[in-house]
Amino acid sequence: MTSILNLFILLPLVGYIISLLIPARQETLISRTAFVSAGLHLAIAVGFLGWWLLNGHPTLNIKDIALFRSPGYEFFVDFYFDKITAMYLFVGSFLTFLVTLYSRAYLHRESGYKRFFNTILFFYLGYNIVIFSGNLETLFIGWEILGIASFLLIAFYRDRYLPVKNAVKIFSIYRIADVGIILAMWLSHHLWHENITFLKLNNYTLVDAQLQTHSLIGVFISLMILISAAAKSAQFPFSSWLPRAMEGPTPSSAIFYGSLSVHLGVFLLVRTFPFWEHQLSVRILIGIVGLLTSIIATGIARVQSSVKSQIAYASIAQIGLIFIEVAAGLETLALFHFAGNAFLRTYQLLVSPSVVSYLIREQFYNFTPREHTFEDSLPKKIEYTFYMLCLKEWNLDSFMYRYLWNPLKWAGNKLGFLTLKRVLIFFAGAYAAGLFCLYNEELIPATIHGQLPILFALIGLVMVLKAFSERKHAQMSWTLVIMNHFWVALAISFNEHFSSNHTFLYLSGITVSGIIGILCLRKLKTLEGSIDLDQFHGHSYKHSGLAFLFLLTCLGLSGFPITPTFIGEDVIFSHIHEDQALLAFFVSLSFIIDGLAIIRIYARVFLGPHVKSVYEMAYRSS
Amino acid sequence: MKTQHSSIVELDGAHEEKAHGSSFNEHDVLHELKHYLPAQAPLKDFVHHNTLHAFQKLKFPDAIRHASEIFGYKVTLSLKEYRSLYQSGKIREEVVSKIISEQKGADALATWREKLLTQTYDNAATPRIGALRSNWKKYFKIDLDSLVHPILFRILCSYLDQGISMWNFPVWHKGFLPSVKEMERNSFTSFFRTRRAKELLLKGKTAIPDLLKILVGNESLYEQYIFDQQFAHQGWSGMVSTIESQPETLLDPKKISLHDLISFELLLEIDALDYHFGKDNWLPLTAKLKDKPTELFANVPSTELYEVLGIWQQAFEWSYYDQVLAGIQLSSNTPTEKKVKSFQAMFCIDDRECSLRRYLEKLDPSCETFGTPGFFGVEFYFRPEHGKFHTKLCPAPVTPKYLIKEVGTRSKRGKDIHFTKPTHSLFRGWLITHTLGFWSALKLFINIFRPSMGPAAAYSFRHMDKHAQLTIENKNPEHREHDLQVGFTIDEMAVRVEGLLKSIGLVKDFAPVVYVVGHGSSSVNNPHYAAYDCGACSGRAGSVNSRVVCFMANHPKVREILAGKGIVIPNETQFVGGLHDTTRDEIVFFDEDSLTPVNHAHHQKNEGIFNNALDYNSKERSRRFESIDTTLTPAKIHDKIKIRSVSLFEPRPELNHATNALCIVGRRELSKGIFLDRRSFMNSFDYKVDPEGTYLFNILKAAAPVCGGINLEYFFSRVDNQKLGAGTKLPHNVMGLFGVANGIDGDLRPGLPSQMIEVHDPVRLLIIVEHFPDVVLRTIQKNAETYEWFINEWVNLITVNPETKALSVFREGAFYPYETTVKTVDPVSDVASLIESNQENIPVHLLS
Repeated sequence: MTSILNLFILLPLVGYIISLLIPARQETLISRTAFVSAGLHLAIAVGFLGWWLLNGHPTLNIKDIALFRSPGYEFFVDFYFDKITAMYLFVGSFLTFLVTLYSRAYLHRESGYKRFFNTILFFYLGYNIVIFSGNLETLFIGWEILGIASFLLIAFYRDRYLPVKNAVKIFSIYRIADVGIILAMWLSHHLWHENITFLKLNNYTLVDAQLQTHSLIGVFISLMILISAAAKSAQFPFSSWLPRAMEGPTPSSAIFYGSLSVHLGVFLLVRTFPFWEHQLSVRILIGIVGLLTSIIATGIARVQSSVKSQIAYASIAQIGLIFIEVAAGLETLALFHFAGNAFLRTYQLLVSPSVVSYLIREQFYNFTPREHTFEDSLPKKIEYTFYMLCLKEWNLDSFMYRYLWNPLKWAGNKLGFLTLKRVLIFFAGAYAAGLFCLYNEELIPATIHGQLPILFALIGLVMVLKAFSERKHAQMSWTLVIMNHFWVALAISFNEHFSSNHTFLYLSGITVSGIIGILCLRKLKTLEGSIDLDQFHGHSYKHSGLAFLFLLTCLGLSGFPITPTFIGEDVIFSHIHEDQALLAFFVSLSFIIDGLAIIRIYARVFLGPHVKSVYEMAYRSS
Repeated sequence: MKTQHSSIVELDGAHEEKAHGSSFNEHDVLHELKHYLPAQAPLKDFVHHNTLHAFQKLKFPDAIRHASEIFGYKVTLSLKEYRSLYQSGKIREEVVSKIISEQKGADALATWREKLLTQTYDNAATPRIGALRSNWKKYFKIDLDSLVHPILFRILCSYLDQGISMWNFPVWHKGFLPSVKEMERNSFTSFFRTRRAKELLLKGKTAIPDLLKILVGNESLYEQYIFDQQFAHQGWSGMVSTIESQPETLLDPKKISLHDLISFELLLEIDALDYHFGKDNWLPLTAKLKDKPTELFANVPSTELYEVLGIWQQAFEWSYYDQVLAGIQLSSNTPTEKKVKSFQAMFCIDDRECSLRRYLEKLDPSCETFGTPGFFGVEFYFRPEHGKFHTKLCPAPVTPKYLIKEVGTRSKRGKDIHFTKPTHSLFRGWLITHTLGFWSALKLFINIFRPSMGPAAAYSFRHMDKHAQLTIENKNPEHREHDLQVGFTIDEMAVRVEGLLKSIGLVKDFAPVVYVVGHGSSSVNNPHYAAYDCGACSGRAGSVNSRVVCFMANHPKVREILAGKGIVIPNETQFVGGLHDTTRDEIVFFDEDSLTPVNHAHHQKNEGIFNNALDYNSKERSRRFESIDTTLTPAKIHDKIKIRSVSLFEPRPELNHATNALCIVGRRELSKGIFLDRRSFMNSFDYKVDPEGTYLFNILKAAAPVCGGINLEYFFSRVDNQKLGAGTKLPHNVMGLFGVANGIDGDLRPGLPSQMIEVHDPVRLLIIVEHFPDVVLRTIQKNAETYEWFINEWVNLITVNPETKALSVFREGAFYPYETTVKTVDPVSDVASLIESNQENIPVHLLS
């Protein structure tokens, strides 16, 4: 029976691949594919859950395939099933089935009908990988899929400015969540000396023994998990992304940002609970994050005057409470709270357009000019202050810009003197020197040798900073991203003596995607002229094929699980020692920024209102 | 309907002068700005109007050209679309040739045909609007809109909110800017990020010219700057402007003005610039400006592309019109012999009643149907029992003096906790998620597999309780409430009934039962629900009106007066009110108890015919619906249509006025013999009853703006769904209960969503009047506002000679004889086969 777990992943995967192959005009066939995949999934899930409950709800685990193996390192896919998975499976399967059914008629005649169902199935694939994952590595595969699927769903109306802008904004938050997991994986690799499964985390004596001796690492891992979870579940201080994700068709907002996607942070916490259960400080911190979020989000929800943002903030507030419940160890309560919140918000979002006829009628019969709220009894100055803060969302939306992205951009802008030519010359020279050093390590004094990885990682970081803040040449930005990876590879090569296979593994996907990406941009430039990064060009309007190909190369270049680079990234990280915090910081920061730089290139070049069809496009503000 | 502003600045003269004179007159500029902004009222009061009403002073081709170049609207189909219509035969070759020959001369035929069919045109121009303000980005490298819009929209929406938020804008009664000022004065935080803007506000230095001086510098560009700024979010500005002029349109009244909005936005812009550059580190916009942008309203010269598009558009229109006109001429026009009528029924002129009337007449050949604007000539406010407000039930420009009240209701309003505020609070929300949350899952499941009517639906039959009484008769003119007279006096009633009957030509040969059937619609998950209801009742259902007018016509004293005026209604004749739900194809009748036993028997028989006709009507409608198999039996289809109307996931409960193209004013015989595919408004009118055109004047005075307004709103929403329409409704988010936007921080989207207009063919309305050309000419010239619609070509006009059926077309102020290019029209004996085999528009057929 255990092998049935594979089926839950396989089904959406097969559905997704089939849906990709159907021509866009075949609405019925497309929706039927989605409907059958989701329907079968639900049927099997219900049957399986019944069997599982009757058999005393055992915890199941299967180690699937090892994707990569080398001495001291193994990257394997592992699936796991317990009551947490059971609840997430039921809610996810039930809602996805209903929403596919709902969207079948709702999306009728919408351009992008196929794209919508493709993305939904892709998302659902990611969701299942996450909830069935048996170790962090498997979870990370699903996590990455979810991130990119979210980006595509939010930017579903890719010819308009705001969806694209918000999609990029949300992707940047998700990127923080991604790196949280990468760092958690890195340190836990050093902590356990293996890719530990969640099953083993349940072993109290094992966990306790390790944490006794490495308490600092333990706390750090927990913190990374918390950051990932908070970002994914829109908790403080990341909350403002959730309402801004409501740019796609209502059913997709309902299912993903109303229910499934936004509760995955909770999933991560519940899943890793055995690990941080005995770290009191971490539990208190999680509780505080939850409490703070629920208070602030409730205040913001109270002043929302648009129906979707009101639901979003109300949901965030409940998730804050779920965080508290998880921190308090009330796992079952938290799971039921998740299910109830997911169902309620999905339904509320789906019926949100009805709010006009319902509330106007209510108002028509029950209008009282001004309802007294408890805030009215506060001193005026306090009341106004709180109202204004809530209306401004406590500046949470500008917070990330102010304290993270803008300083990075500022740093990048200082590199304005770098032109493509200069960069290339510098790269060729410095990289040759680096390689020379690598093959003649014995010539280098030990003190310098120890600093070289950091130096090279820093050069890589500088490259990617420049890529991120480049306002003109898309190709230059793209090239810099590729170079960053080469610098990282060089840096790590100094760190440890390991098989060059690891480096090849890491760089293989980068190189191939990098080159194809350059070719795409070149071709577009000859066809369309300028493709500077100062504005959105919307070239997917006329070149949707090229846009898709370039999107694939973007995924390849950013270490998405479609090329070996995905595993390579993890392998490379495993060669960073746990005491090399600075190196880990540089490398992980450059990973965050390169993801952003890549998605920015894609968005600026291919998405947004088409520059050459002003008369066909919506106003920018709409 | 938008009331037209009378003083429109001529596009050329006045502006040319301003360019040189260059003094900024705030009052004039705001007045003009209001004129150009979208005029759509809040969602609950959605009424169709000409989207480009601001340009109505110009001839149609000039108007759309100006609108396009100035505001960047797309105003016609694309060249590619016209060419493919030509390829598919929907634009006919003879018509193209005829129009070219008429307008360019027969010699130029070949060259222009070439231009129409193959020439490529480069249209890379950018619109004038926004050009001036785009210099912020160009020379200052700052994206002002992205710094200002989100917070501006948020504050505006919260201030205007009608009942979504739980905690309302704390200061409201002083008006928008004073409220913001009051909060800024008394708070530890601020909407502004820097000091200067805040201080300007607090010190009251918010005069628009002063702020513009800081931002723009050169006074001659102030006006253009304000237009650029406000048209960067025309949805919000339009809403503010509408609320300023009609504050009563909000149930929870809010005081706001365009002036306040502009002042506040200018302050936010100053703040954004101060924040970005530092207070003294930036100069006004014009300081860096190299050359002045084109004057916004300077004349837009015509180009060959516009001429080509213009010819295509006319060819498209006349390719269709010609079929209709040929159909009218070819159909047998034997005036129905004086046989006994089984019943008579009056409907709204609405194009959606077209097919229902056809089926009634088919199922009962001895019945007679009429069309007239669906408020049936009675104008009043209606106050439902327990209601806290009254709603206007007549065309929007009319201001009634009467109030009709509902008493003795029996039905109760349902509740749905999903829409209530506790679900969004923290602690009650916690309880609710643990309980109601699971109920939601079940509800969603049921709603998808077994959709049914719930409290959240907009249901036309709920507009008035069938079993309640109405206070219609006024016995004492002193009886007034809310400054309105309660009910109508006998004399007032008689005037209205006489007007109604004479205008449709029903003055003799009354049947035992005369039905007066209003219409409304039902839908769920549809913020635009009001747009589907009766436009002649200000976007409400017409049930109260039909009931009120029937009461009047049944009143013995009213009949006495009417008899004195030559309209003798036999004692046995009774009027019965009803309401047709155009979405569900259901009908409800009112006050059936008051029927005499004989008429009750008639009525029971007639009701069967109505129900049968409704089944067929739903079958005819279903051909447009992907989800319904049109070959099923009418009854089965009808069931599916009803389910469809309450399905949450169905964005097209019905297609409303889509495909409307005609307005026929004349006797039923004129169009009875042709299949018009629900594309025509139909106003009954008998030239014999009205030889001088007295009633015709009233008909045209309403038909041109009402039907023309509907037609043009569909037209422009179809050709530019992104800028003049609301775009697809799928991502729409309800803002403050008065508008929709995409996502949470976008501009409001006035106009029609794509789901309403996608099957619409953008052709202007052709009004066909059955009367003599000279009478019609005199009639339309009586009122300048009405005449403007015709002389400026916003609607087309043809007369049919009632005696000879000769056609005359109205052009440039006179009527000319007209010959159709079409000489034959296919007959059809069984409409069902046509319907079952076509999803697209069906050409005109002769019914045999």
